[in-house]
Amino acid sequence: MANLGFKIIEATRSASQSIAAHGLRSFLTTLGVIIGVASVIGVVSVVQGFSASITQEFDGMGTNVINIESYTPRKASLQGLYATLGYDDMIEIKHRVKGISNVTPTVSICGSNAVISYRGESTDTMVVGSASTYQKLYAVYPEAGRFFNLSDDKSRRRVAVLGPSIITKVNIQGDPIGQYISISGEWFKIIGIAEKRGKLFGFDQDDFILLPYSTTRALLGGAEEPDISIGLQVDDMQMIEQIKQQLKNVLRRNHNLGKDAADDFKIATANQMLETFNQIIGSTTVVLAGIVGISLLVGGIGIMNIMLVSVTERTREIGIHKALGATRFDILLQFLIEAVFLCLLGGLIGLVLGFGAGSLISSATGLPEATVPLWAVFLAFGFSAGTGLIFGIVPAFKAANLDPIDALRYE
Amino acid sequence: MSPVETVIQLRSIAKHYTMGGEGFYALQGIDLDIYLNDYMAVVGSSGSGKSTLMNLLGCLDYPTDGQYHLKGMAVASLDENRLADIRNREIGFIFQNFNLLPRASALQNVMQPLIYRGSPLAERKRRAEDALAMVGLQDRMHHVPNQLSGGQRQRVAIARALVTQPAILLADEPTGNLDSSTTVEIMALFDQLHDDGQTLIIVTHELDIADRCRRVITLKDGRLISDVANSATVISHAKGVGAHG
Repeated sequence: MANLGFKIIEATRSASQSIAAHGLRSFLTTLGVIIGVASVIGVVSVVQGFSASITQEFDGMGTNVINIESYTPRKASLQGLYATLGYDDMIEIKHRVKGISNVTPTVSICGSNAVISYRGESTDTMVVGSASTYQKLYAVYPEAGRFFNLSDDKSRRRVAVLGPSIITKVNIQGDPIGQYISISGEWFKIIGIAEKRGKLFGFDQDDFILLPYSTTRALLGGAEEPDISIGLQVDDMQMIEQIKQQLKNVLRRNHNLGKDAADDFKIATANQMLETFNQIIGSTTVVLAGIVGISLLVGGIGIMNIMLVSVTERTREIGIHKALGATRFDILLQFLIEAVFLCLLGGLIGLVLGFGAGSLISSATGLPEATVPLWAVFLAFGFSAGTGLIFGIVPAFKAANLDPIDALRYE
Repeated sequence: MSPVETVIQLRSIAKHYTMGGEGFYALQGIDLDIYLNDYMAVVGSSGSGKSTLMNLLGCLDYPTDGQYHLKGMAVASLDENRLADIRNREIGFIFQNFNLLPRASALQNVMQPLIYRGSPLAERKRRAEDALAMVGLQDRMHHVPNQLSGGQRQRVAIARALVTQPAILLADEPTGNLDSSTTVEIMALFDQLHDDGQTLIIVTHELDIADRCRRVITLKDGRLISDVANSATVISHAKGVGAHG
């Protein structure tokens, strides 16, 4: 069909005239597609922005980081038997496992949040006790002042590194370095302010206070040893599986676990966390695809409905076209292109609205900036066009198959 | 004298319909020759088969029986797409209710048939403008039908029928919706087209319209009952050969 291009151009020209002639109706017809595409693009843009920032986050953390936490099976926790990781576990790991560095203990104080106050301003924040290696392991470098060092840890100095949000939270005036802040009723000297990291999941990553591990340990007091988590860095990524196995062996021996006993700890790599996260994003996307499917189905039925009405309404017009020499194919193409055109228009409007909504949601909730990946744009247009094709075909055939004599006589 | 060119040749044409289980012939045993530059009226009471004949001549419908040759082509055996092509190239329709595309301007209406033969936009425009100028509507090209009077609308329809330079112009009660003075104008236009060499077939039930034509055929109950040449200005060739009646 050599002149198919010509026919498509002419049909498009005519379709756009027809759509413009029924402005409001065209808009209402495509509303289903508009809403469908807009909601999907909105959600995709938020999720993608999210995903991009998380991936960045994990990249910053380094894929060679391993985290170990205690793990209590549900059954045991119901019996009140909680598994713990202790400082001795860390020492053991440090001495027995080769090829690792920056082995860092982390302990939370008072569950997770502690009350802090500064000149009468009181609030609560996450207070974490850790070692000087923390900054290298998790890339938390001081913006001002310094991080605590080995000697701070050894002599249990009452020094603190603040997340930048703390300054505004308790309204610290002037240079915070050298000033004192109260944490759970004890006074600490501020020695450093960490770099700003921003929000993640709407969660402020700058709302924390870091203390030396031994200081925290003393602060917690008591006979019971706290449950810590251990972070460490693998020097050679090739060795990561062997190192995980070694870690497992050391901890099992240290915990006196029998042959059949399950691990009472969990070893997680940044890669694993990233994978888990990607799985979540993946399944979210599948659910989204379902929503797209449903909304486009509903939108498509709306379009088919209006197109059928339009065919009836334009019966005589179709008769005229046929009398003037239009073939079945000409009429079919004309109506099909009109449906596709309507859907694409809806897709375009939906795209713009969706991105707008996504950006609005992101900025309103402090989520990472919304991004619309190119594949989503193509997908939106592809699905819109597909909807037009599928749901336009029935009305188009109805129009094409009209008998010219009956059509011309139609009142 | 050179031999007269036959544009349309009908032989034993029949059209059978079944309605409500009862069959009847809308047309039966029609033999008819239409020649180049014929100016023919088809008359008959309602139900006589005028419209059916129109539809067959206009290639909108197939005969149940018989042969139809249009410029030598056996039309009855052509498929739908070829028929659409013939409607586009050889037939110009003019309807009682004008049948213009309501949302399209006069110019767009006249350009429309040229789309189906693949003429590029510039050529379509030029030819449509010429056709509209010929019917005296060069100043109304961008008006849509409901901004035009009845007579103007019918002129647009005539321009649209002529723009493809068809072999025959088929007009179905072209003045049925027009007042008497406009009727005179439109008929004058038809006379003019005839003088320019166009072949015209006009279906009408108005005798004064039929009287202006050079040849009148009468249908009754689906049969051709008379085929006479109008005396006044009969064109020489239409006389002897054209009359069957």
